Amino acid sequence: MHDVAAHAAHHAPPTSFIRKYVFSLDHKVIGKQYYALALVAALVGMALSWFMRIHLAWTNAAIPGLQLLTKNGAPGGVMTPEYYLQLMTMHGTIMVFFVLTTAPFAAFGNFFLPIQVGAEDMPFPRFNMMSFWVTFTGFVVLMASFFTGDGPTLGGWTQYAPLNAVGPVGGPGQGLGVILWAASIALFCVGQLLGSLNFIPTTLDLRAKGMSLMRLPLSAWAWFITSCMGLTAFAVLMPACILVILDHVAGTSFFVASNLVMNDQLLPHSGGSTLLWQHLFWFFGHPEVYIAIVPGIGIVSHILITNMRKPMLSHRVLIYSMGALAVLSYMVYGHHMFVSGMNPFSSLAFSFPTLVITIPSTIVVLIWTFSLYGSKLRINSASLFALGFISMFVSGGVSGFFLAQPSIDIMLHATYFVVGHFHLVMGVAAMFGIFGGTYFWFPKMAGRMMDETLGKIHFWLSFVGAYCIFMPFHYLGMAGNVRRYSTFVDDFLQPLIPVHRFITVAALITGAAQLIFLYNLIHSRFWGKPAPDNPWEATSLEWSTPTPPPWDNFGGKLPVVYHDPYQYGVQSSVGDYVMQTSPEQVKKEHDEK
Amino acid sequence: MATTIHQPPQIDPQSLLDQGRSGNGGWRNLVPADGDLRVALDHSPPPSSTAIYVVLFAITMMFAAFTSALIVRKGSSLDWQTFTLPSILYFNTLLLLASSVTLEVSRRRVAALMGGLKSQGGSPARWLYITLFLGLLFVGGQYVAWSQLRAEGLYLATNPSSSFFYLLTATHALHVLGGLGGLVYVIRKLSKSALLRSQLVATARYWHFMGILWLYLLLLLWMKL
Repeated sequence: MHDVAAHAAHHAPPTSFIRKYVFSLDHKVIGKQYYALALVAALVGMALSWFMRIHLAWTNAAIPGLQLLTKNGAPGGVMTPEYYLQLMTMHGTIMVFFVLTTAPFAAFGNFFLPIQVGAEDMPFPRFNMMSFWVTFTGFVVLMASFFTGDGPTLGGWTQYAPLNAVGPVGGPGQGLGVILWAASIALFCVGQLLGSLNFIPTTLDLRAKGMSLMRLPLSAWAWFITSCMGLTAFAVLMPACILVILDHVAGTSFFVASNLVMNDQLLPHSGGSTLLWQHLFWFFGHPEVYIAIVPGIGIVSHILITNMRKPMLSHRVLIYSMGALAVLSYMVYGHHMFVSGMNPFSSLAFSFPTLVITIPSTIVVLIWTFSLYGSKLRINSASLFALGFISMFVSGGVSGFFLAQPSIDIMLHATYFVVGHFHLVMGVAAMFGIFGGTYFWFPKMAGRMMDETLGKIHFWLSFVGAYCIFMPFHYLGMAGNVRRYSTFVDDFLQPLIPVHRFITVAALITGAAQLIFLYNLIHSRFWGKPAPDNPWEATSLEWSTPTPPPWDNFGGKLPVVYHDPYQYGVQSSVGDYVMQTSPEQVKKEHDEK
Repeated sequence: MATTIHQPPQIDPQSLLDQGRSGNGGWRNLVPADGDLRVALDHSPPPSSTAIYVVLFAITMMFAAFTSALIVRKGSSLDWQTFTLPSILYFNTLLLLASSVTLEVSRRRVAALMGGLKSQGGSPARWLYITLFLGLLFVGGQYVAWSQLRAEGLYLATNPSSSFFYLLTATHALHVLGGLGGLVYVIRKLSKSALLRSQLVATARYWHFMGILWLYLLLLLWMKL
């Protein structure tokens, strides 16, 4: 009964194939597994968006092979309006949960958080392994709904009540499809809660000697803040999903109101509250936006600093801003419900913090901009995507100012303006964060360099393409084009169809450009140039380990940290930087001035 | 001894260590100073003390969500029917509170044992078994409460009030079962003399939290149902 036994059980290097690559306890393997899951999910989500875009631009065009995916959803390859909604729901769910949450937070966070804090692994490797496999099961359950009788649910990724609880009478996929959706998301929540259970103690308890909180890199801070947000948000979404499942299988009435008649049938439920679902969902839903974007803010800052060769104007203010975003994200969720019939005074109460939350966002952007000013930025794929992230974050964020005001939101609500807003600020920006992180950290993760030329081509096609797709959405929204319609038959929408065709062509080209990234990723993984230990001349701990890192990260030792994370622009024996683990005392250039 | 020509300017590493801007940030105690992983691990505080608060926070949020659902659902409907709580719930409450006391006795005995003090009357394991037994009785008692309600014709779907009753009590009971699993783990470790104080402390915190949560739920159900 002595603490010596404490860590004797800590896992030893695995030897069998299953333990090494499948049910691995190593946070680095788990990080790669999360990345692979996100990659598959992103490809599925992108394919679904292609199908939807083709249908929106050329309503009667047959998509070859689509009829094989569904029994009744696409006779002859032309999708029905219901199947359009089913694809849209799956696109949103897959992208928000299994890509935007999984890749920047779970994948990169798992791989790099323990290394950046100077630990040998997460504190609970078994829970970490469970976290991935539960999330994976969630994805399989969601995918399974494609192959059930009438396909996946059509309720949108927000699954509004009462449609989410009425059962098969609500349309295709509203029976088993919704149950599978809710089960999948509940599993996803469990996976992310297990993730937070590891991330938070890793950051607080496993820091190497000398690694004070303020010496943590910005990416580590971002993952820590995100794990705190996830802990609060997913612990609320999971019970909400349980209530939906109970309404389906146990005959309870949490969400379906009395005397509801749907498709000429009187529903047996009584007294449920449709607003209840919206409250529970958006209490999770708005923080989820920040769960997707805060890791990106951290990753982008980390990349930019390395390539600017100087620290940000204020390390502390950036951290506090990310923290403020996290706290405020819980106080703004009602802005998704301005037109829900909620008390107008509540709208006012939610509008105010919504405008306030733009302050920390603006501070972050200003710190980036003024730090970039006058710096000799090294242009590579990672730094280009980091710049792209800022561009998308600003462009998408500006439209947020409009939507934050109830009086304007009443007009723009449920139009393509909103779709353009969240795709830019949450979707594309977060994706650029993922791409930037991949180009930056791939050498450490895979031990090989990615092709820079292909990376730059990928960036420019994605950057221009994303604007061609999502900027016209704002115009469509202002012209009154409602979202979630599979065809536009109204007269006033006819002049907008050429815009839709332009967007579709842009989406097809931009999507195809992602295949360049996929090729680069796979080709570099096997045939890329071997990567040195520190290819970017960076300072944080992940670059002080061998490439790829050994199973215990630092080769049987724990590092000791002597410096703040971003000591660039200094004179040292290795160049213009000094690593956090180097005991060398350096002179800072600005000290001389 | 050879002279190094390009010796980088060296200073006392300790002074650099102390430059962490937020003081000692609570990093790991590194013994010995060369950072050998195995030795350092043996001297690190276990992270379970932080982790248990993470778990308790997640459970709190979950029940907060259920509570707000109950309040909104009750406030927005006309079909809410109140019913009297089965009186066995109050007896179950006493059982759960008693189990917290026995666990605390056990925790103190183990702490004394680890501190090198002689055990004072009875082994800590005996008190852990009593806690386990009381915990099982609590879950059994909850089952009796559900059976009584079913006998009255109150099922999960009968009324929103009964829905919430079953939902809250069953979710709590599941968490208590999780705590019982933790107790079994602690007893097994203790029998092998491999128990860590931190593991026992984490289990005890969880168990006491289950008691507090139950008191809260009982009050909520008593006020709202």
